[in-house]
Amino acid sequence: MKLIQVLGPGCPKCEKLKHNAEAAVAQSGVEAAVEKITDINVITGFGVMMTPALAVDGEVKLVGKVPSVEEIKKLLT
Amino acid sequence: MTEEPKKPCCACDAAPKLIFACSGAADVGQVSDLAARKLTAEGAGKMFCLAGIGGRVGGILETTKAAAAILAIDGCPLDCGRKTLEEAGFTRFEHLRLNDLGMEKGKTAATPDHVDQVVGRGRTRLAEAAGGA
Repeated sequence: MKLIQVLGPGCPKCEKLKHNAEAAVAQSGVEAAVEKITDINVITGFGVMMTPALAVDGEVKLVGKVPSVEEIKKLLT
Repeated sequence: MTEEPKKPCCACDAAPKLIFACSGAADVGQVSDLAARKLTAEGAGKMFCLAGIGGRVGGILETTKAAAAILAIDGCPLDCGRKTLEEAGFTRFEHLRLNDLGMEKGKTAATPDHVDQVVGRGRTRLAEAAGGA
């Protein structure tokens, strides 16, 4: 099972990314859990200095933008 | 009147200006490191980990891709900072070499004067880069 982590303190962009990630999981059929990380110390621990960001299985894939559902689906497959 | 709880500080608003120092073992490497830290302290940009670029750490690479401006500070003409960024695929960044400022490897103590000289140049280069971005 994949782990998708949405990194962001909770602004609308971060929430939109979480929404898109959940939609991507639902549409792709990939078995994955979506986790939201809001602790700025944990976020910087990923090497991320700008949010929102998206990590898949602990590897940061995108920083500073809200990818579309389709873009996230590609990251999952 | 009750005060609304403050939302956590959001890092969504502005792309950061990132500073990479070679932080090398020689005296000029130390000056580059101290200058990057001082630029960070005064808010001109944010020092970031050059080792993370070399190690291809995902979060550091992706954050650097999203930066508004990038400044590499090298102590000596070996240009390890510049080369590390280029090897990782970064081509658009400012480059400051202490040797070009008359600071010679092995003959440049990490004094406040030397650090301030680099900070002044670095501040200008970052402002120009961000303005032209």
